[in-house]
Amino acid sequence: MTFDLKFDFIADKSSNSIVVRREFAGKRQLVWDCHTKKELLDRWFAPEPLTTRTKHMDFRPGGYWHYAMIDPEGQKYWSRIDYLTIDPIDSYTALDGFTDESGIVNPGMPRSNWEVAFKDSGDRTLVVTVVSYGSSEDLDKVIAMGMKEGLTSTLERLDKLLLVLEGE
Amino acid sequence: MVRHMENYSAALDGAFHALSDPTRRAVMARLMHGPAPVKELAAPFGMGLPSFLKHLKILEETGLITTSKEGRVRTCRAREDRLEAVRQWLDEQRAVWESRYRNLDNLLISLTGENDDV
Repeated sequence: MTFDLKFDFIADKSSNSIVVRREFAGKRQLVWDCHTKKELLDRWFAPEPLTTRTKHMDFRPGGYWHYAMIDPEGQKYWSRIDYLTIDPIDSYTALDGFTDESGIVNPGMPRSNWEVAFKDSGDRTLVVTVVSYGSSEDLDKVIAMGMKEGLTSTLERLDKLLLVLEGE
Repeated sequence: MVRHMENYSAALDGAFHALSDPTRRAVMARLMHGPAPVKELAAPFGMGLPSFLKHLKILEETGLITTSKEGRVRTCRAREDRLEAVRQWLDEQRAVWESRYRNLDNLLISLTGENDDV
């Protein structure tokens, strides 16, 4: 079975944010569950080849999800998402942040704000995620950290960056 | 190499913001093809020179371009190394979301069975 699923990734011009739009071949309730239940999150949230393991999940305003992404060598990268508002099965907002294993947020790293919205799209579900940083300084700090951690990808031309930044 | 990275973190201040403006992006796109005098850069934009110079100042302060003056002509040059950090980070983020969502596609398939195929 093949899907022609919509995927947009836009670095927003004006608000230090990334907007990710993606359609999923599932009903809204199910896609919502996948985003909000630990046993389901553990099955998809980390990008390949990493896996996800939940340490704590309390999905309610004021609660948080504390989890590790684990690489093939067993190295764990801890993060937590603090839930601010929840409007089942339409949207939630949260604060993302890097932590240690005990769940204490690294105060030296900017946190990003997440707004995640779920919309019916025929028998599919459209998920729109907006990841925002408080300032261009915050975002530039995160980018600089990415460089220091040695995250690499193939070299391409600026023209491609400009296309991404240009958005739709 | 380490020193190189430290320079990045110092110089990246505001790089994302600098690229958030269409005029400044167009200037950068032009400069990727080679250095150009201010006058030539300004020509395509229907704005006064003072307004245009403000854009150049932001690009220069951010470290995305350098300018130099010879006689009466000021020439601008892109600093591709600065842009590379922003581009890499965005590529990385995009790759994370693509991979994560492919996982979710597979999970949804396994949760819903194969109704569509049967």
